Amino acid sequence: MTLSLQLFLASGGILWLTGLYGLWRNSDPIRRIISLNIMGSGVFLVMVTLARRETSTDPVLHALVVTGLVVAVSATAFALRLAVASQQEKR
Amino acid sequence: MAASELILDLILCLVLLSLAVAVVEVKRLYDSIILFIAFGLILSITWARLGAPDLALAEAAIGAGITGVLLMAAYANLAPKKHLQNSHRSWLAVGFSLAAMVWLVLSLIPLADSPESLVAVAEQAMADSGVTHPVTAVLLNFRAWDTLLELVVLLLALLGMQQLRLPSLKIAYPWPLLNAWGRYLAPLTIVIGGYLLWRGSSGPGGAFQSGALLAAGLIVLRLNHVIPGLSWQHAWLRCSVLCGAGFFLIIACLTAWLGQGWLDYPASYSASLIFIIEFLATISIAVTLAWLVTGQQEAAS
Amino acid sequence: MIEALSILLLWLGGAFFVIGTVGLLRFPDVYSRLHALTKADTLGLGLVILGLSLRADQLFTVLLMLFIWLLVMASSATACQLLARYQLQSDKDSSDGGK
Repeated sequence: MTLSLQLFLASGGILWLTGLYGLWRNSDPIRRIISLNIMGSGVFLVMVTLARRETSTDPVLHALVVTGLVVAVSATAFALRLAVASQQEKR
Repeated sequence: MAASELILDLILCLVLLSLAVAVVEVKRLYDSIILFIAFGLILSITWARLGAPDLALAEAAIGAGITGVLLMAAYANLAPKKHLQNSHRSWLAVGFSLAAMVWLVLSLIPLADSPESLVAVAEQAMADSGVTHPVTAVLLNFRAWDTLLELVVLLLALLGMQQLRLPSLKIAYPWPLLNAWGRYLAPLTIVIGGYLLWRGSSGPGGAFQSGALLAAGLIVLRLNHVIPGLSWQHAWLRCSVLCGAGFFLIIACLTAWLGQGWLDYPASYSASLIFIIEFLATISIAVTLAWLVTGQQEAAS
Repeated sequence: MIEALSILLLWLGGAFFVIGTVGLLRFPDVYSRLHALTKADTLGLGLVILGLSLRADQLFTVLLMLFIWLLVMASSATACQLLARYQLQSDKDSSDGGK
């Protein structure tokens, strides 16, 4: 089990970095927002994996991630609206 | 047995990582959005694998479903303009990311064997939380503040969107088959959403999953022209957006004034209080998410 | 006996998914890809659910899985129809533009 957990932890870290890399290399606003979402998924993956360390899962971390998902989608919606608005301004 | 489980985990991680790399690397924006939706679905399977069914439900509905619709809508709004192509690959970024990866992975891996969590504390307090599912107990009782603030964040996102005064989603004329299926699907989402809400007190499910599902139902109905666009003019819509955070805030004030402290429910009422809060929060979340996707409908003049 | 049958059905279902994926990757145009995909969805998932319901200990679980299968079939039929019609429309548009 520990080996699996280490695998998921490492994947979470790599996901976060993939998002950061996407943020760095892409210039399109929608792609940057997607990259931010991938960074968030990496953080969630690390948190959920940490919740698995003991025999019974840790409800506090799960609850935090559920909260985080909803906050992430609200931020994404608002950011996308801003991106559309800025494009329309430029026209 | 352990070996085959490890292989499954390895495949999941590899698919997840290669999808993530493809999302940031692929040339066309449209492909990137589609791959991101697939990434959300694989992530949802990963949550189920990691023993988090609550999260798997929420991710499938919110992460893959609603975020996908939002991205598609933004893409449609920007489509006539040529998208910035990412042709150059920054080798500096690649080098930095690889170096940071080694450091990050090396510092994350030891965390796997340091069990230092709040499981014991949460289990001890479960008896007087009013519900039997630990995640719901944390969300609505022990850490109710987080949930209240989250509802406020959702409200703020909607209010911020209102300030921008953007045109609402342009919706194509729906094909008859889609229309018919949408009409069957909408009552089903209400039944399944209600089931998820009711089950939240004893098993995986709850206000967020149920709210996201109902929002998806509303969006399908809107795309089929079954319901008119959501508009700030209707008082009942304003009420349903505000009722979750509003009732939660009233309870918070009442418990501070009459009870032991902010959001410290009296033990005998906690079960029914949690249910009412969850019910109202579900309505708020469903309407707000659907509104965030479909946008403000200007009143016909 | 039932165990062996269920394993066989699960393998068959998995094989249909693999074949559908190969079709998605190898077929030339949207219509034949949709054909491959919908076969994998309905038949593959149906076989997997049949295999799993042989192992279920409650009738309720079996009914729930059947319900999921029906939902997936109906939505995949609708989605397939939508994609095919969209493709047909854009094919027509592009041939009109070429004239």
